[in-house]
Amino acid sequence: MKVDHPQAVNEAPIEFSAQTMTEIQRVMGLFPEGKKKSAILSILHLVQDEFGWVSVGAMNKVALLLNIQPIEVYEVATFYTMFHLDPVGKNVLEVCRTGPCQLVGSDDLIAYIEEKLDIKVGETTKDGLFTLKTVECLGACGYGPMLMCKYQFYERLTKEKVNEMLDAMREASKS
Amino acid sequence: MIKVTIDDVEIEVAPGTTILNAARQVGGEIVPPAMCYYSKLPGTGGKCRTCLVEVAAGSSADPRPMPKLVASCSTAVMDGMIVKNKTSDRVQTNRGGVVEFLLVNHPLDCPICDQAGECHLQDLGYEHGSAKTRYREERRTFNPIDIGNKIKLHMNRCILCYRCVAVANQLTDKRVHGVLHRGEHAEISTYIENAIDNDFSGNMIDVCPVGALTDKTFRFKSRVWFLKPYEAECNCEKCSGKAVVWMFGNEIFRVTARKDKYGEVESLEDKTAWICNDCRFDKKDPTKWNLIGPRKIDRHSVISQGKYATKNDNNPKLLQ
Amino acid sequence: MARKLLIEHAEVPEIASYDIYRMHGGYASVEKALKTMSPEEVVEEVKKSGLRGRGGAGFPTGMKWSFLAKPEGVERHLVCNADESEPGTFKDRYLMEKLPHLLIEGMITSSYALGARRSYIYIRGEFMYVLRILEKAIAEAYANGMLGKNILGSGYDLDLVVTPGGGAYICGEETALLESLEGKRGNPRMKPPFPAVKGLWGNPTVVNNVESIAAVVPIVNEGGEAYAKIGIERSTGTKLISASGNLVRPGVYEIELGLSVEEFIYGDDYCRGIANGKQLKACIPGGSSVPILPHYLVTKTAAGTDRLMTYESLADGGFASGSMLGSGGFIVFDEDQCIVKNTWNFARFYAHESCGQCSPCREGTGWMEKVLYRLEHGQGTLEDISLLEEINKKIEGNTICPLGDAAAWPVAAAIRHFREEFEWHVKAPQEAQKRNFGLISAPIEA
Repeated sequence: MKVDHPQAVNEAPIEFSAQTMTEIQRVMGLFPEGKKKSAILSILHLVQDEFGWVSVGAMNKVALLLNIQPIEVYEVATFYTMFHLDPVGKNVLEVCRTGPCQLVGSDDLIAYIEEKLDIKVGETTKDGLFTLKTVECLGACGYGPMLMCKYQFYERLTKEKVNEMLDAMREASKS
Repeated sequence: MIKVTIDDVEIEVAPGTTILNAARQVGGEIVPPAMCYYSKLPGTGGKCRTCLVEVAAGSSADPRPMPKLVASCSTAVMDGMIVKNKTSDRVQTNRGGVVEFLLVNHPLDCPICDQAGECHLQDLGYEHGSAKTRYREERRTFNPIDIGNKIKLHMNRCILCYRCVAVANQLTDKRVHGVLHRGEHAEISTYIENAIDNDFSGNMIDVCPVGALTDKTFRFKSRVWFLKPYEAECNCEKCSGKAVVWMFGNEIFRVTARKDKYGEVESLEDKTAWICNDCRFDKKDPTKWNLIGPRKIDRHSVISQGKYATKNDNNPKLLQ
Repeated sequence: MARKLLIEHAEVPEIASYDIYRMHGGYASVEKALKTMSPEEVVEEVKKSGLRGRGGAGFPTGMKWSFLAKPEGVERHLVCNADESEPGTFKDRYLMEKLPHLLIEGMITSSYALGARRSYIYIRGEFMYVLRILEKAIAEAYANGMLGKNILGSGYDLDLVVTPGGGAYICGEETALLESLEGKRGNPRMKPPFPAVKGLWGNPTVVNNVESIAAVVPIVNEGGEAYAKIGIERSTGTKLISASGNLVRPGVYEIELGLSVEEFIYGDDYCRGIANGKQLKACIPGGSSVPILPHYLVTKTAAGTDRLMTYESLADGGFASGSMLGSGGFIVFDEDQCIVKNTWNFARFYAHESCGQCSPCREGTGWMEKVLYRLEHGQGTLEDISLLEEINKKIEGNTICPLGDAAAWPVAAAIRHFREEFEWHVKAPQEAQKRNFGLISAPIEA
């Protein structure tokens, strides 16, 4: 098994939008003085919400905000699988592949989306609109097969529902 | 003081002592091996599971046995506790299992590894390992990464003991490496291209139980068993200056800290004698050192004389 | 229909709002506890109720609470484990999404009992939309004087915060959760010390599952003894069951413990049988970590008695012929499902979710996954099956946290009950790619 984690190039900390900064201040305020590191996962979600993914420059900025070493941010960001550490498409389709969903057809769902978007799991469409990923159990086992996109759950998916969903996402991306 | 029995040896130790440290106070065969615990680095231990022992009686107050094997490095003794290590088949079987786990993805590149001869995994594999592998899968490999011109990181050999992370946390002011990703993809890395460069970062090499972190100034220069270790000291502003220099003829091939029989850096005058990077990497000129005398090395396999020969004769598995 | 103590009002329109929740009797337990009971009395009611932790381990909640260390001048915390990630389990999400105030009410009453003044809900990051619902409900609770300073004039202060995870099953393990809540990697801690002594930021902490905390509300309202009257023996009260897999009507059900498994799978009030007119092949009754049961051990125990939805009855027969209630993640397999494929699927899950900290789990889960992949894909050998059993034994009990056991048990149970099917994958690999093995028959007793 080849584990492919090449070293990334260091980048200067980047700036976040005023809205993201306000939210970051809010989530840091939820924890007592000296315990601000507890907000790190909230902050990484906010960063990903703004940029779509979490870059080295963004993580370096998070380290400055929390007054910790950058490696502490890298350690956390690489542990939790929700964070995309490489650029992704506008809509990341995260399909649950775990047991209960597999019993009700997640394999077929993944194959259908692959065919429909002409990409394999892990890839992004040429127009940059969709990235397809598989993920482990999302806690929607009774409503499978399902996927998550932008924190929204799409459940009991059929081919028709997938078509509708993709069309709606394409439409929304135009605006 | 509280009483504890380990492999039928009864001893008295201070309250709060761990089973492993109690066993070390006795010494010899009853001491469980430790790949991740390092007494000089608070917070280490519990991870490798090689030091698992059986607790046949929890304490005099509650003499029930503990249902699971426990990590002796992080379990405190209780008064009247009865521990089995060498005398427990269950411990030996499961320790063999742990060693197998540690080896399934290990590259077994001892012939080209600088750690060979003083490698704790080698010792462990030797004592508990099987002569055959049951692992049919492709072994795990990582992208080689560069962490600077002094220390070589060879991630394929790493057993994720976290000791080097503790060194960076406790001896240096800015940690730049850590454990990234998770599960079987977990690795020691800097994530970004970054050199681990700090006056005391070289101690990562001394605490590494395997050949994952080695000295670039010594790399491929010699097998350790060809060298003669001498206790030496020098005047150093940064550290104690008390080290071991490893010589071939009149040349110093490498410098390490002074280590005890458990492979841990010794304490001198109540302080752990970590050495600085200047002493380790840059002082290879014998005139800069005051050579005190030959350093006795024990425990390690090859450099402690004839260990292979004697063990081999007694190990039916290897004779097959 | 059985009594519902938790989700009776779940489908009431706008029950997620404070006012509607209040109209349906919400926050009565806070009023009762803070105005008429001492914290010790609340703990006593929970003890009397016999409530057992609903996250999976089934440890008595009242006893867990009584272990909480209370040194002078040291802050204590209650942390709600809303990291629901055990495959097959989705009850907490339903409860929080529909009835956010029920969880908040439970948090207030429980925090009061424990003397915690700063409590946290740690919710898995994938449930971000549920986190927003909870945030809104918490703001309403503050606005109505149920949180903050001097709640209901009692002199008791409580701050409640909800915060997300980032995608890691292991953070459902309580010490990994605490690490994560401190902003670190979710590596489980060595125990002892237990969280009750050294938990969040080193302070004494109780970690409870969402459903356990919600259950404190009816326990305080109706009294621990009344609660304990529901159910059988040491399985008291009601339990949320998440039903998934090949069922006519999967979903979340609140049952009275003691309901028969037969009734739960086939009854009109519950799952209404196997989907598409097929037959039951197997069932994992308590989330993916518990042993799988073949069809002949699902509704009856090995002794031939009716299997009931209780901690004891589901475990009847031990690992030889029983399983566990666990988190109540009830996964049902129809006759067309492949046990080898499913076992590989779950092994992949555990390998993916291992934190990688301790060697038996890091190396063992990955190894099992690869062996099972080969078996499923027609490249296995008969030795692989015994190898899996061997790896299992070396992981089980030897890891820092229960993830090792959780990964080992399902594989062990699948081989125990479905060995024939595993061997068939080796002996007829091409056929095994084309069709499923079908049902196995119960072993004939000698």
